[in-house]
Amino acid sequence: MAERTVVVASAQGLHARPAKLFTQAAAGKGATIAAEGGAPVDAGSILRVMALGVKGGATVTIAAEDEAVLDELQALLETDLDAE
Amino acid sequence: MNVLAGSGVGRGAVVGPVARAHPAPPTPLEAAGPDSDAGRAEAVEKVAQAYRAVAAALTARAEEAAGTTMGEVLDATAAMAGDPELIGDVKARVLQGQDPAFAVDHATKEYIDLFTAAGGYLAERVTDLRSVRDRVISRLTGLPEPGVPALAVPSVVVAQDLAPADTAALDLAKVLAIVIEQGGPTGHTAIIAGQLGIPCIVRVAGAADLVDGQVVAVDAAAGTVTIDPDDEVRARAVARGEALERLASDHGDGATSDGHRVQLLANIGTAEDAERLTDAAVEGVGLFRTEVLFLGRTTAPTREEQADTYERALKALGGRKVVVRTLDAGADKPLAFVTRTDEENPALGVRGYRLVRTAPELMADQLHALAEASRRTGIEPWVMAPMIASVDEAADFAALAREAGIAKVGVMIEVPAAALRARDVFSVVDFVSLGTNDLAQYTMAADRLLGGLVDLLDPWQPAVLELVAAVSWAAGEAEKPAGVCGESASDPLMALVLTGLGITSLSMSPAAVPGVRFALSRHTRAECEAIAVAARGGRTAEASRAAALELCDTEVREVLALG
Repeated sequence: MAERTVVVASAQGLHARPAKLFTQAAAGKGATIAAEGGAPVDAGSILRVMALGVKGGATVTIAAEDEAVLDELQALLETDLDAE
Repeated sequence: MNVLAGSGVGRGAVVGPVARAHPAPPTPLEAAGPDSDAGRAEAVEKVAQAYRAVAAALTARAEEAAGTTMGEVLDATAAMAGDPELIGDVKARVLQGQDPAFAVDHATKEYIDLFTAAGGYLAERVTDLRSVRDRVISRLTGLPEPGVPALAVPSVVVAQDLAPADTAALDLAKVLAIVIEQGGPTGHTAIIAGQLGIPCIVRVAGAADLVDGQVVAVDAAAGTVTIDPDDEVRARAVARGEALERLASDHGDGATSDGHRVQLLANIGTAEDAERLTDAAVEGVGLFRTEVLFLGRTTAPTREEQADTYERALKALGGRKVVVRTLDAGADKPLAFVTRTDEENPALGVRGYRLVRTAPELMADQLHALAEASRRTGIEPWVMAPMIASVDEAADFAALAREAGIAKVGVMIEVPAAALRARDVFSVVDFVSLGTNDLAQYTMAADRLLGGLVDLLDPWQPAVLELVAAVSWAAGEAEKPAGVCGESASDPLMALVLTGLGITSLSMSPAAVPGVRFALSRHTRAECEAIAVAARGGRTAEASRAAALELCDTEVREVLALG
């Protein structure tokens, strides 16, 4: 299981729209996401991801078997999805 | 032009397209799911299908609203309906033997609790979670998609019935009128609509056949819903709507066209109601029904608790007149701690002021609490007792109230005996207030809760008018105020009759005030007196009303849809 630590770029954090885009990309790929110091949750679950309450600028840890999946998720997290 | 009939609330008239709303499904009760592996597997598949269908419907709505905040919220809501963890939890519960709808409710509840506890942005998303839950449960149980649709244009909301949460979710700026199949004129929806001044028609048979987008004319005064109205019906609705808007903007004190003052007051039941009146165009409160404080409790509220409530109400009205009615329990308003259950005729039993015979401490506590609120605020409430039959009772109540420190003491006149001897009653109290609903019940010996006797309970019954006239005459002789706080005060035509008889204040639901104010302002005192004479000349309720209507100003008749 590969891991990466990423800073969330979306100004408002992982709320409705960023969370939706992120979980859509992660769905069914066995990826997890954890807030700093928290337990990892299913990165495909919008309810779990929103419940992390991650704010913009916060650090999260993502994990997946596949490096390509991690690349995609990292890119999403490092984009300000609110600004699009 | 097909016309549906119901019971109207308010006087408004509007024309607009139908937007149907369906109630949220009832909370699923704990029940066992299918008892075989095959049945459970099938139920799991149905749950998955229901979530997929709900997600698809929400996504479609999100696309319609793309680019807006509503679109983003719907998009996230659609994602919640596709959440693998939530659906996985529901499936696991069903496989363990739970009923599918119950499993949906409970699995969702975990997230609701989590989001609620997190507060802030997440807590606000609880509404979306509930909306997904209700939609899925409705699908599973074969009910129509629940909720009020997002209104794109001003619409007439049509529903079987609306729960308080549904009403709260309405975008009021876009609600032209509310039409419901069920409910009643005193139900939740009707009350809210009345307070907001939205025309509402309840118990509309045939409302189930109205479809989204169909144009209807709603006339709350007439209680009708006209499908595909012609130009004439449309024009009348628009004209009345505009006239009513003008009335609502008049905030003057109640008076006849030649300046004879008649106070226009509001009926309230709670301190919150009083607070809603702070900026309202009413001259005070003519009836504060205090029993709401006592209902649904196993013991009476303490003096302190009561004083706090009365203080809030007095403060909210900021020195305007507030008439408080002491506890009116018994009969149709039983209280756990005082009402006797062995009475054969509770309406004729120990109720209202008569409770002082069995529970004198209730009256003492209430009077002292009122006096305390008066001391705290420096505002003197007018205090009256309900269900007074004899001058002895009136005198006893007046003595108790004055002893407690109440300055303005009065009694309700609801019993014919008190009306007939109003002159004697006035010799011991400062004012009276006529409760016309109970006065009609006791004069006509007809239970006011029996729908089948509604013709006998008509406040236009000549015998009832005769008693009101007797009380008004006694008030004039005593030079003391006599108000009316029953339903009839909110009828603009009856208000003219009452004014003509010499009634000095009219208390009603706040929404009824503009209509009554308008009717009064279009008649002189002498005209009101002539209308009263005409009404008293009728031999039947119908004839009395017709005679009054004959003399009523034509614009008032048209704008208020009096007939």
